[in-house]
Amino acid sequence: MQKVMIERAAELLSSGKVNRVLGWRAGLFAHDNTPSVFTDAADLQANFVYNEFCGANLSKYLVKESDKEGTVAVFLKPCDTYSFNQLIAEHKIKRDNVYAIGVQCNGMKDVNDREKLEERCASCKSRKHVAYDELIGESGEILDSNRFDMVEKLENMTSEERFEFWRGELSRCVRCNACRNVCPACTCEKCIFDNPDSGSANKAPADPFEENLFHIIRAFHVAGRCTDCGECSRVCPENIPLHLLNRKFIKDINELYGEYQAGETVNERGPLVNYTQGDAEPSVVYERGNS
Amino acid sequence: MYKLNLSEINAFFAKIAQNEKLYIPADNGKGGARYTEWAEGVELSNACNTERSAKDFFFPQTENLVDFKVNGKKIEVIDSREECEDFVVFGVRACDVKSFEILDSVYLTDPIDSYYKNRREHGTVISLACSAPEETCFCRTFGIDATKPAGDARAYIAGDSLYIEALTEKGSALLSSLGIAETDDTAAVYAQIAETEKKLAELPLAALEAKDFTKKQLDAFNAPVWAGLSQTCLGCGSCTFVCPTCQCYDIKDFDTGHGIKRFRCWDSCMYSDFTMMAHGTPRNTQLEKFRQRFMHKLVYYPMNNDGVYGCVGCGRCLKKCPISMNIVKVMKSLGEVTE
Ligand code: SF4
Ligand code: SF4
Ligand code: SF4
Ligand code: SF4
Repeated sequence: MQKVMIERAAELLSSGKVNRVLGWRAGLFAHDNTPSVFTDAADLQANFVYNEFCGANLSKYLVKESDKEGTVAVFLKPCDTYSFNQLIAEHKIKRDNVYAIGVQCNGMKDVNDREKLEERCASCKSRKHVAYDELIGESGEILDSNRFDMVEKLENMTSEERFEFWRGELSRCVRCNACRNVCPACTCEKCIFDNPDSGSANKAPADPFEENLFHIIRAFHVAGRCTDCGECSRVCPENIPLHLLNRKFIKDINELYGEYQAGETVNERGPLVNYTQGDAEPSVVYERGNS
Repeated sequence: MYKLNLSEINAFFAKIAQNEKLYIPADNGKGGARYTEWAEGVELSNACNTERSAKDFFFPQTENLVDFKVNGKKIEVIDSREECEDFVVFGVRACDVKSFEILDSVYLTDPIDSYYKNRREHGTVISLACSAPEETCFCRTFGIDATKPAGDARAYIAGDSLYIEALTEKGSALLSSLGIAETDDTAAVYAQIAETEKKLAELPLAALEAKDFTKKQLDAFNAPVWAGLSQTCLGCGSCTFVCPTCQCYDIKDFDTGHGIKRFRCWDSCMYSDFTMMAHGTPRNTQLEKFRQRFMHKLVYYPMNNDGVYGCVGCGRCLKKCPISMNIVKVMKSLGEVTE
């Protein structure tokens, strides 16, 4: 795969079809690859890498890269193509400036426990590329994933148990903002939590509930747009399972508005920004809250 | 040296914990370790090091500095400082003990930071020599000997025993109060040191050299490699928050509704509002912010501290950066351009 990808990228550069290539740069070890922009063939040959430690989703970098002059080629794993579509739908990526190459993925390994697949890959929702200009390797199928199992477990807890669970997890948060900064759904130019004039900016939890609110608000803000790419949980230095918050929203949307997968297509109106007569009434909160 | 059988280690911890709080690295249930207050049932972790550094003990992420109460035109200033209680930290590795020296040089030189000093004076550090360094460790690069950590006392786990020796008066006072047996037979310790030294020499980063950039500071500052290194940096605070030597903080006011709490919290040079002033921030691009972090550790800090580097090679930023960018990659690239 890697060899074919390098050759193709070099070809695209030399033919002038693209000006830059967004991919992964090899690191000190086999597992510390860094997202990187390549502009020449020698550099590609020497440093481009595609192995099972290319977890980083490159689609968010296209917000900046597609705003520059010229065309950028990008390598996208199946799950990355969902983020890609979603960002196009939100008018964050200039599609015309991007040449998207779908690449086959057999699952990415967990950097912390290299024998294991990453959580998101062990419960992969789809090995199908939903967008590309060309494909290297094979595109798979939408999978019958077990990704809502843990959400169900949480739903079946008493509210006290659930509160304990989340306090236990979120109390470790150091507010490094890695989850937010890596998130393809978080593309506000100035996040309210960074804005000193907003009254809600905080670099650190000023009181013990503050970081919980940060995560709850963030989960609400990305609801209906989160494609479940799993980047937030991958990058969290405190290993907080943030994806569970987002998956709860996805599961609720599926149940209340019908099956919906953000980023599956570009043209669809998401259920939370659309109105249909069958929509859930706000009062559903009371019914569900009592369960 | 004092010596006790490992099967008695919990009794040893219990004895310390009788008089003061004791913190040890314990498994966090997520494949890593974290400093945890010792209580019956808390077991010492086998992990090479904790995910979060030990700086929290002396420089916590947030702390209140002073309270204000406003009554009409009167402002009451309430000094909320309290004398810190004595505590012991066991199991600090050589790199992290060295990081305390770096923090000391910032907080204990004039003007002395009384909040930091208070904790430092009341804390006793028992370090633990490494026996299983990881591939991300490069303490050696900065002349730190993982087999001979500093601290108030240092411990070795060799064979089925814990060996421990006092290095300062504080350490000796603590150890002599515990009633542990002394021994002259330290062969096991030295055998272990020799074995660890071999492992250290074989680490993948063992050959990494700390170059002296201080005389080429402008070359380093203007090096073209910064653009590539910082290109995909997310500007998150992970590297700075896991780093034992990152020492920057911000001071903010928090309106509790009943008064004002003035608190300080860790800051990160990677953040958009770092050193924000009336006219804005002096470093607008991520390149400039990124460069600041590494210039501080590799150039500015050594320039002001007799060549001592501001990195202790703990390897945390190697493990935790979401894009796997880190100080080793920076050192290698900078080394090439300033040759
Ligand atoms: S979630 Fe699926 S598509 Fe995405 S990296 Fe993992 S295995 Fe590949
Ligand atoms: S990445 Fe983890 S520690 Fe950092 S802000 Fe997000 S939840 Fe908190
Ligand atoms: S810069 Fe990285 S390796 Fe150096 S002390 Fe900080 S976290 Fe450790
Ligand atoms: S170097 Fe890595 S950890 Fe540090 S701010 Fe950049 S992305 Fe975050």
